[in-house]
Amino acid sequence: MSTPILPLEQSTSATADLSGFALEFENVSIAFDEKVVLDQVSFRLPHGETKALFGVAGSGKSILLKLAIGLLRPDSGRILMLGEEVTSMTERQLFDLRRRVGIVFQESALFDSLKVWENVSFRLMEEKIPFDEIERRVREALRFVELERTFDMFPSELSGGMRRRVAIARAIITQPEAILYDSPTGGLDPVTANTIVELIMKQRDVYKTSALLVTHRLQDAFTMATHEFDPQTNQMRAIPKGQRGQVPMTFLILRDHQVIFDGDAHELATSRDEYIREYIS
Amino acid sequence: MPLYLELVSPVQIAKDFTLSVQEYTQLSTQSVANFFRPPVYMGDMLQQADLIGFGSLPIVILTGLSVGALLALNSASTLQRFGGITLIGQLVSLGMVTELGPLITGLMVAGRNASGMASELGSMIVTEQIDAMRALGTDPTKKLVTPRIGATAFMLFFLTIIADLLGLIGGWAVAHLLFGLDSNQYWTSAWQILVFRDVFTGLIKPVLFGFIIATVGCYYGMSTRGGTQGVGRSTTQAVVASSVLILVTDFFVTKLIFAIFGVR
Repeated sequence: MSTPILPLEQSTSATADLSGFALEFENVSIAFDEKVVLDQVSFRLPHGETKALFGVAGSGKSILLKLAIGLLRPDSGRILMLGEEVTSMTERQLFDLRRRVGIVFQESALFDSLKVWENVSFRLMEEKIPFDEIERRVREALRFVELERTFDMFPSELSGGMRRRVAIARAIITQPEAILYDSPTGGLDPVTANTIVELIMKQRDVYKTSALLVTHRLQDAFTMATHEFDPQTNQMRAIPKGQRGQVPMTFLILRDHQVIFDGDAHELATSRDEYIREYIS
Repeated sequence: MPLYLELVSPVQIAKDFTLSVQEYTQLSTQSVANFFRPPVYMGDMLQQADLIGFGSLPIVILTGLSVGALLALNSASTLQRFGGITLIGQLVSLGMVTELGPLITGLMVAGRNASGMASELGSMIVTEQIDAMRALGTDPTKKLVTPRIGATAFMLFFLTIIADLLGLIGGWAVAHLLFGLDSNQYWTSAWQILVFRDVFTGLIKPVLFGFIIATVGCYYGMSTRGGTQGVGRSTTQAVVASSVLILVTDFFVTKLIFAIFGVR
């Protein structure tokens, strides 16, 4: 896939404090009607790193993302997003924090009564940015996901893959310091899924944005771990053997409501845990 | 999977009801407080005013005319028997302005708009659009609920005035065309019978009813659970609850006004 160079604004993540963590979970537990979903989950996502989160259906991956930005409250434990303690913030304080984080929902969650450009520019319009500036930035974001032609269309006129790309454009338009992807390739054909993976990779490698990527597709995460985005050719390319990508990529596996693995691709590939070996085989 | 009907204990029902009242009160209070906390979404409020106000105009015109005409028709035969046909203007005027105008308009708008709000917000809940809005840093109660409350209360006030006027016109049509009452006599008696208390009663009620319609519609929409079936359930519950609340509130407001101003 050929993708254009991004003329978007300078990433705010570049100015972020890189010494700390973009996201921290400390002994986080949550249950619904006595059904435990997450039990004492702890992990850290350093600034600039992309972490792929795996787990079988119903293991609490989407819940974990919602907890990260305070859309849900845990029963116990601490969550720190961009250095701020989500678990002790009020809903109004959380609105300010969420403006610094992008999220791509599983089913895109586009506003169906708004046009594509209105969806993408939602956050900018809330900030009362002049219309000319909004239009310029929306076109840039849509160009990034190669959907500039959908500017005036409604979400219902788009395919599933296109909707997912619009959702990515909406998440990145303000160049957030961290992005959360909830199964961005779920339910898509392999070609479209590959396009989405390349977009996520482009965001990761060009802007070095910290990201937590929930996915069912192991191959997507491995592609991201073994490839990097080449701004010269505007395509992804395989990282030569023995070398590491510019941006760290790690893996997190949930099982039985707990984290059973947190490490890089090499550690994952050499893991002796039977469940993990079966999972990645 | 076996099909069975789950029995819910009365204690659980009472708990659920208390929780609903608490959540409804919280949503209503927060939405009203939002009027005084920036940003105020004037554009959204105007859009809702157009949808609710102008959109409801045809049904309000039709029901206002019909209710006024029916009131005149039903009472005229009785009044005629006692030689009191000249009182028909007073009867229609008092009935429409103090009671039937606000009530019928409120119930019509509840049927049309409480359901619309519940289904629209309910659909947004089940498709994660509300979560997306929160994730984008926007307060859904500010953006979606407060404009609907402001628009409904404001527009219902004017819709009720229109319904009152059309009710009087409907009554006049029946009185003049079917019973041969002089137009001047009808309008003079209809005008002269009204005092401040009647007009005040007739204009305070639509504001309260508008508040009820919007808060109940939005509450059921925002608390939707269980996919498309849940959206249907919320829509029905919103219409039923808002209609019942309007009738109950109407009774107590009338009683309160009687207590303040004295019985006529």
